[in-house]
Amino acid sequence: MSLTLDDIKRVANLACIETSETEAAAALVHLSGIFSLIEQMQAVDTSTVKPMSHAQDVMQRLRDDMITESDQRELFQSIAPKTESGLYLVPKVLE
Amino acid sequence: MLNSSLHQLSALIAAKKISSVELTNEFLTRVKAQNPVYNAFITVNEEMSLAQAQAADAMIASGQGHPLTGIPIAQKDIFCTKGWLTTCGSKMLSNFISPYDAGVIERFNTVGAVNIGKTNMDEFAMGSSNETSFYGPVRNPWDITTVPGGSSGGSACAVAARMAPAATGTDTGGSIRQPAALCGISGIKPTYGLVSRYGMIAFASSLDQAGPMAKSAEDLALMMNVMVGFDTRDSTSLQRAPEDYSRDLAKPLQGLRIGLPKEYFVEGLSSDVSSAVELAIAEYRKLGAETVEVSLPNTKLSIPVYYVLAPAEASSNLSRYDGVRYGHRAPEYVDLNDMYQKSRAQGFGAEVKRRILIGTYVLSHGYYDAYYIQAQKLRRLIAQDFSEAFKRCDIIMGPTTPTTSFPLGEKSGDPVKMYLSDTYTIATNLAGLPGMSIPAGFGNNNRPVGLHIIGNYFAEAQMLNAAHQYQQVTDWHIRIPDTLTDL
Repeated sequence: MSLTLDDIKRVANLACIETSETEAAAALVHLSGIFSLIEQMQAVDTSTVKPMSHAQDVMQRLRDDMITESDQRELFQSIAPKTESGLYLVPKVLE
Repeated sequence: MLNSSLHQLSALIAAKKISSVELTNEFLTRVKAQNPVYNAFITVNEEMSLAQAQAADAMIASGQGHPLTGIPIAQKDIFCTKGWLTTCGSKMLSNFISPYDAGVIERFNTVGAVNIGKTNMDEFAMGSSNETSFYGPVRNPWDITTVPGGSSGGSACAVAARMAPAATGTDTGGSIRQPAALCGISGIKPTYGLVSRYGMIAFASSLDQAGPMAKSAEDLALMMNVMVGFDTRDSTSLQRAPEDYSRDLAKPLQGLRIGLPKEYFVEGLSSDVSSAVELAIAEYRKLGAETVEVSLPNTKLSIPVYYVLAPAEASSNLSRYDGVRYGHRAPEYVDLNDMYQKSRAQGFGAEVKRRILIGTYVLSHGYYDAYYIQAQKLRRLIAQDFSEAFKRCDIIMGPTTPTTSFPLGEKSGDPVKMYLSDTYTIATNLAGLPGMSIPAGFGNNNRPVGLHIIGNYFAEAQMLNAAHQYQQVTDWHIRIPDTLTDL
């Protein structure tokens, strides 16, 4: 498999990272190197192996359906880039 | 004082020979004088540290002291710390004053430890040299032209240059052990799930684990006693009976079976590191341990597997940084999508972007099975290698890193070269096993070598015992760089 510049641009767009032509070209060089390392994985037959998603074989804990958090809106919004009347402001989405 | 162990400082404080305020001032003065050389701290806040020290002195006066009450501890800037700037080494969080404390920070606060400052680190813990930090590289106290390792490079440097008696770190692929090795200190990454990840800024959640960094195994045990514990706010936190990690320190090593993986002593390991490690193992034989060759046949695959799984998890974890609720927002943009795209492009550094791109790619439609699922299957094989090996030995030893510290800039332009410096440490994260590094002599140019100790799940007390016994018959862990002439 070899990566193309279009792959880089597509993935950067999916990841919501603005990428210039120069940056995309540099990323292509680095990522191609990294993927040549990653390709070593394909040499192993794993058809009978179960994927391991986690280090500990444990189940998710359930908790009681109770309110544990208090209202800290002011504190949390004090570090927000832009707020108004307790709301987070972003550019207009609907005209 | 600056060169004392946690145990010594603790005794001085308990005997009221020194107050926490005096001790904290002493370390703050040291940080102020030395940090311009090393860049180990991102944030120092005298006022807040001294307020904690005063509270600690009150705790001691009222007879409620704990072994770490009043002792300054450096905190990696990955732990959210209420009222403190918490940057994770990134421009993205360069304006983030945390509104809450991480579980780890809470535990230190409960026992009255003093936060002496937030330490520098690779951006979002992605790096092995501390060169990806938005706040600039940290320098290795043993040779300031070389890197301290990463990502917990600031913490390792702070302890090595005696700016803090101990520090916290986090380890996703070696980020406690590799800098500990390169800076000549001791560090342990506990079994996955023992230390709360609540408020620890996430990189790769199935691998991230916090642990202590200090001058000796004995001090690490004290830190572990504070850091380990169940936390309902971390869904992967393990509920277990509390342990005293110091309990087995004094045990003799007679009969301890040390496994030496043959894959760890082959091509790629530099000869100076190899000879130091072999001498350390010879020392263990003198202490009564037996050595047995073991095999971890899938060792070579751990780096490729890690560089699929960790970026995959990172790309998901870092999607939260969008410039809406906190963190960097681009000053100019035309619409919402442009705001996301520009904020993220400006807020993240090159290595973080690379890993987000890799992660997004391997999780994208059509590639998921070939990369992500294949990596998860190989992760199981790597974990199984260890369970097989532990049938023949109690503990595994080898080098922590393939080389000693390397010059600043040597590997920063070549990610693959940089990734290979975590060859020996990554597999333990994939398996979720505990791993530690302790000083084991010096390589060329008087640069420290780390001995890597891997234990079975929950074998931390045994690993600390093995490390402590070695530190009783060697003095590598108390050596300090020649440049620290004032100590």
